[in-house]
Amino acid sequence: MQGKREKRDLLDVDQLELGEVESLLESAEAFEEVLRRPIKKVPALRGKTVVNLFYEPSTRTRFSFELAAKSLSADVLNFSASASSVEKGESLKDTGFTVQAMGADAVVIRHPVAGAPYLLAEWLDIPVINAGDGMHAHPTQALLDVYVMRKRLGKLEGRRVTFVGDILHSRVARSGIKVCTMLGMKVAVAAPPTFLPAWLPHGVEVFQRLDDALEDSHVIYLLRIQRERQQQGYLPSLEEYVSSFQMNEERLRKARPDVLVMHPGPMNRGVEITPGVAESPQSVVDYQVTCGVAVRMAVLFLLLRGAGGA
Amino acid sequence: MGFVLKARLMEEDDIKRALRRIAHEILERNRGAEGLVLVGIRTRGVPLAERIASHIKSIEGVEVPLGSLDITLYRDDIHRLEQPVVRETSLPGSLEGKKVVMVDDVLYTGRSVRAAMDALMDFGRPARIQLAVLVDRGHRELPIRADYVGKNIPTSREEIVRVCLRETDGEDAVYLGTEREEKG
Repeated sequence: MQGKREKRDLLDVDQLELGEVESLLESAEAFEEVLRRPIKKVPALRGKTVVNLFYEPSTRTRFSFELAAKSLSADVLNFSASASSVEKGESLKDTGFTVQAMGADAVVIRHPVAGAPYLLAEWLDIPVINAGDGMHAHPTQALLDVYVMRKRLGKLEGRRVTFVGDILHSRVARSGIKVCTMLGMKVAVAAPPTFLPAWLPHGVEVFQRLDDALEDSHVIYLLRIQRERQQQGYLPSLEEYVSSFQMNEERLRKARPDVLVMHPGPMNRGVEITPGVAESPQSVVDYQVTCGVAVRMAVLFLLLRGAGGA
Repeated sequence: MGFVLKARLMEEDDIKRALRRIAHEILERNRGAEGLVLVGIRTRGVPLAERIASHIKSIEGVEVPLGSLDITLYRDDIHRLEQPVVRETSLPGSLEGKKVVMVDDVLYTGRSVRAAMDALMDFGRPARIQLAVLVDRGHRELPIRADYVGKNIPTSREEIVRVCLRETDGEDAVYLGTEREEKG
């Protein structure tokens, strides 16, 4: 629209410039403070409507976006694929246009197909936020993860983060590696060869065993292992994975005493992480969830503030 | 945005005297420092609040609790701002029953003050809210007035009042200017 700020989407982290990532993280600190207040709500997006379009089951990401929007005083509509006209065969395009015609001010989309949010963003005049598309990207997760790292480590430059496990199928790792690299971190992965993707950027160090990566890592980032990967032939056996890659108490003792253990959730306790490690002081899994709301507030505020004002 | 200087309206000493007088007035009006909280509105209200607090300390020997308030999320012109970075608000605990003095550099339309009051109310119900400003330049758009004023400066809407403080700008001074050279 003429005379207005161009609409902006958040489809992946590489759409943001370094300065924008930094100011998002800075704003998120203010939003984290809002969430600690007795009245956890500010009027910044009063009168705006955010639609959550979820074509894939997800409770935590949807709740997180919903809480973020509500804490900014926006209204939220939830649309989940199983309970809607998707069952009647309505296409993504039709759904998008319907939602836009109803007056939505932004769409948050989770979709099993990589690239679906990009299509939607092209079709619609309102901001589109990618809440996870296939094996491709999950920008708000990546942003909240670096937010947590920065809060706990202070400076990120030169610090090492090791992503562990199913890198190949992980949109969390893919967006995470991008943003960690952007912020000057040393990035490593520890994974069986079958879980190593072709897209791994140059400069990412690869470890065949988690033990070799432990000593120098400031962050151990565990990814969820889906049990069906074994049937699909990616893993000879879960036991073998557990013996080389599970973050357990013994490995925690070998790591730096101030290491951060992170996980995007939901955790498979007993597979990629032991219950003891999940509840150890080094684990920041709960703090990730808390910060997720603050970072998503910052993203919604950035994209929606300009839209539709008087 | 350009800034064409027209006059220097306050010097370092003027600012110091004004803030010291405001500190005295605050104590007089509230009969001491009991229950007082000073809250600076970001950006320049924060160092001003700190300075008033240190004057109160030297007059009365009491440390008044200090807070800082970012009003970005409460502003009514949010959609006009270019990518604002929202800064943290930090208040010394609940404001329930406190006598809160908001501190800002310039009082103009009153809209920032309106936003600041909305923000404060989210932290409890203060017994009263008062307003201290270094400069009142007029042109109110809302029914708001200051309780303590450093200097009244009549201005036209085209003019710009720029408050510079050591903590944020490296010097203490108040300037009057315009956005561009006036014709004629």
